Amino acid sequence: MSTPAHGSALRADQDRAAAPHEAPGGASEGRRAVLRLLRGVGAYVLVALVLAFFALPLLWLAAAPFDRNPGITASLPEFTLRNFERLWHSTDAVHSLASSLVLAVGSAVLVVGCSALAAYALSRVRIRGRDGILYALLLLSSIVTGTAAMVPVFLLAAGLNLVDSYLGVILVLTGGLLPAAIFILKDFMDTTPRSYEESARVFGASPLRVLKDVVVPVVRPGLATVGVWTVAQVWGNFLIPFLLLRSPDKSPAAVVMYTFYTEGGQPDLALISTFSLLYSLPVVLMFLFVSRRYGFRFHGGIKG
Amino acid sequence: MATTASSAEPAPPDGTPPGGPPEQDAAGLGRRGAALFVVPALVLVALFLVLPAVWTLYLGSTDYRLTGIPAVDPSFVGTDNLTRALGDSGFLRSLWLTLLFVLGSAVIGQAGLGFALAWWMRERTGWLKTTLEALVMLAWILPSSVVAFLWIAFLDRDGGTLNALLHTPGAAWLLDHPMLSIVVYNIWRGTAFSMMLYSAALGNVPASHLETARLAGANGWQLLRDVVLPCVRGHVLTNLLLISLWTFNDFTPFLITAGGPDGASEILPVHIYKTALGNGELGYGAALSFLMLLINLVVAVIYLRLLGRGRRARRRPAADVPAPRGPGAGDAPGRPDDPGEATA
Repeated sequence: MSTPAHGSALRADQDRAAAPHEAPGGASEGRRAVLRLLRGVGAYVLVALVLAFFALPLLWLAAAPFDRNPGITASLPEFTLRNFERLWHSTDAVHSLASSLVLAVGSAVLVVGCSALAAYALSRVRIRGRDGILYALLLLSSIVTGTAAMVPVFLLAAGLNLVDSYLGVILVLTGGLLPAAIFILKDFMDTTPRSYEESARVFGASPLRVLKDVVVPVVRPGLATVGVWTVAQVWGNFLIPFLLLRSPDKSPAAVVMYTFYTEGGQPDLALISTFSLLYSLPVVLMFLFVSRRYGFRFHGGIKG
Repeated sequence: MATTASSAEPAPPDGTPPGGPPEQDAAGLGRRGAALFVVPALVLVALFLVLPAVWTLYLGSTDYRLTGIPAVDPSFVGTDNLTRALGDSGFLRSLWLTLLFVLGSAVIGQAGLGFALAWWMRERTGWLKTTLEALVMLAWILPSSVVAFLWIAFLDRDGGTLNALLHTPGAAWLLDHPMLSIVVYNIWRGTAFSMMLYSAALGNVPASHLETARLAGANGWQLLRDVVLPCVRGHVLTNLLLISLWTFNDFTPFLITAGGPDGASEILPVHIYKTALGNGELGYGAALSFLMLLINLVVAVIYLRLLGRGRRARRRPAADVPAPRGPGAGDAPGRPDDPGEATA
C-alpha cells in the first residue's frame, strides 16, 4: 500500500487527536465519559434493532410448524408434532422433496465430475489459450443468468425435447454452474504437489487412474465444497424448474412451495410452514457441516 | 523441471510416446488427453450457456411469438425490437424500478449494513455476535421460495407479524409500498455476503497499521477513513459489483409481489418473464434479454478487470519485481509460473 500518503494522513489525525490529551480537565473528562456511555448504548440499541430486523421474519418459520392452529402471525405455539405427520401423508409434498433431491444430486454429480476433469487438465497441461478460456467462461457464467436467458433456454429445451424432464433441468443448471466450479477446483488443484502424480506414473498408472487414486484424495475438500455448493444452488433454484417442468408431480420443492400459496383459496398454513421447515433443513445442515469442517472460505472469483 | 512444453511439435523426438507428455505434465496426460478431459465440461457449457447467449441475439431480431403466425414462420425485423424497447414506457419504467432496486437494496442497503456489521463484529466475541451472525447467514442460505413466503406472511395485511408489532392492522405493505417492500426484503436476504466479505477484508488490515494509528490517538472514524478504507478499497469495489450483478438478475421479487400491483414492482427480470412467456412475445422478450445481457457484460468486464489488476498488484510487492505477465484472469496466485511457451 502507498505508505507516503498514509503517513501524512495519519500525522494530520495525530495532531488533531493529540490536542484533547494535553488538557486533562476534570469537567471534560466527565463529559467524555458520558459521551462514551451514550455512544455505547446507542451502538447496542442499533445492534438490537438489526437483530430484530433479521430475527422477526424468521420467527414464523420457527413457531408455526409446531403450532396446533398456526396463524399468519408468529406466536408461541401450542406444541404439537401432528403437522409433520400430516405432511408425511401429503403426496405432493413428499414427491416434490424427492424431485428436489433428484435434481440436486444429479446436478452435483455432473458438475463435480465434469469440473474435476476439466480443472485437472487445465491445471496440469498448458493448453494454448487456457487463460483466455477460463476468463471467457467466467465472464459468460456471470452474464448469462437464468433470468437473462430464459427465452432461449426455454426454446432450447423444447427443441431438444427436454421440456418436462429432469434431465433438461439438470443439464441447464449444470451448464450455468460449471465455469465457477472449474475455477474453484483449479485453484485447489494448482496448490497440490505434483510429485505424487509423477511417482504414480513411474509405476505405470494411467492418467485417469492417477486422477482417481492420487489427485482426488488430495483435493477432496475442494470436491466437497463444489458438491455442496452445487446442491445448495440447485436445491433453492426456482426459475429453471418453473420454466421447464410442466407436470405438477415433477415439480421440485421450490416450485411446489410457490404453488402452495398462490393456487387455490385459503392457504394451508400448517402445511406450508411445516413444509418450509423441512425443505430448508438440508441446506442449513449442509452449511453447518461445511463451515464446521472446512471453515468458510472465499474462493476463486469471489476472492477480492 | 528442465524442458518445457512443446506446443509447436506434436511428437518430441526423444522417444516419448506420440502426443508425448511434457515434463511439467505430472500425470502424463499429454495435450490430447487434456483436451479429452476438458471436452465434457466445454460441451455442456457451449450448449447451455454459449448457445442461449447467441440465440438471444438472433431471437431478439425477429418477431417470434409463442402462438400465432409468427410462431410458425418468424420474420427478421432487425433492430426494430430494440427501437421499440427504447420507446416502450413499460420497459423504461421497469428499467427505472430495477435501478432503484439495485441502488437501494444492494449498493446502499446490503453493502452499508454489511460493512457496519463487519465493523461492529471485528473484535468481538460472545453470544450476541454469534446470534447476529447466525441470523444474518440464515437469511442468506434459506431457499428463495421459503423466504419469499416468510416475507409475505411477515408483511401480511391482516395478521402479519409486522402489523401486529406496529399496531397498524390492515396496512397493506405489499400493495401500498411494493418497491419499498422488495428493497427491504433484499437487504435482509443478501446482507450476509457483504458482511462476510468485509469481515475477511477487515481481517486483512495489518494489525500494526491499526496499532500505530491508535497509539497516535486516532478515533474510530479516523481509523476507518485513513487506515481501513484505503486497505479494503479493492474489496469494496468487488463487493459492489458482485451484489449489483446478482441483485440485477434476481427473480425472487416475483415470488413476493409478482411485479404488482399494476407493474409497480415489475423489475426487469419479471418484466421479461411477463413479456416473453406471459404475453408470448418471445422475439421482443429476447431483445429485452439482450439488453440485460449487455448490462451484465459491462458490469462483469469491469469486475474481471479489477480482479486481474488486484492480483497483479498483490504479486508485485511480494516478488519486488514487475509482474511477468498480462491480465492473468485465470492465474491463481501462488501457482509456479510455467517456464514459458514453445522452445523447439
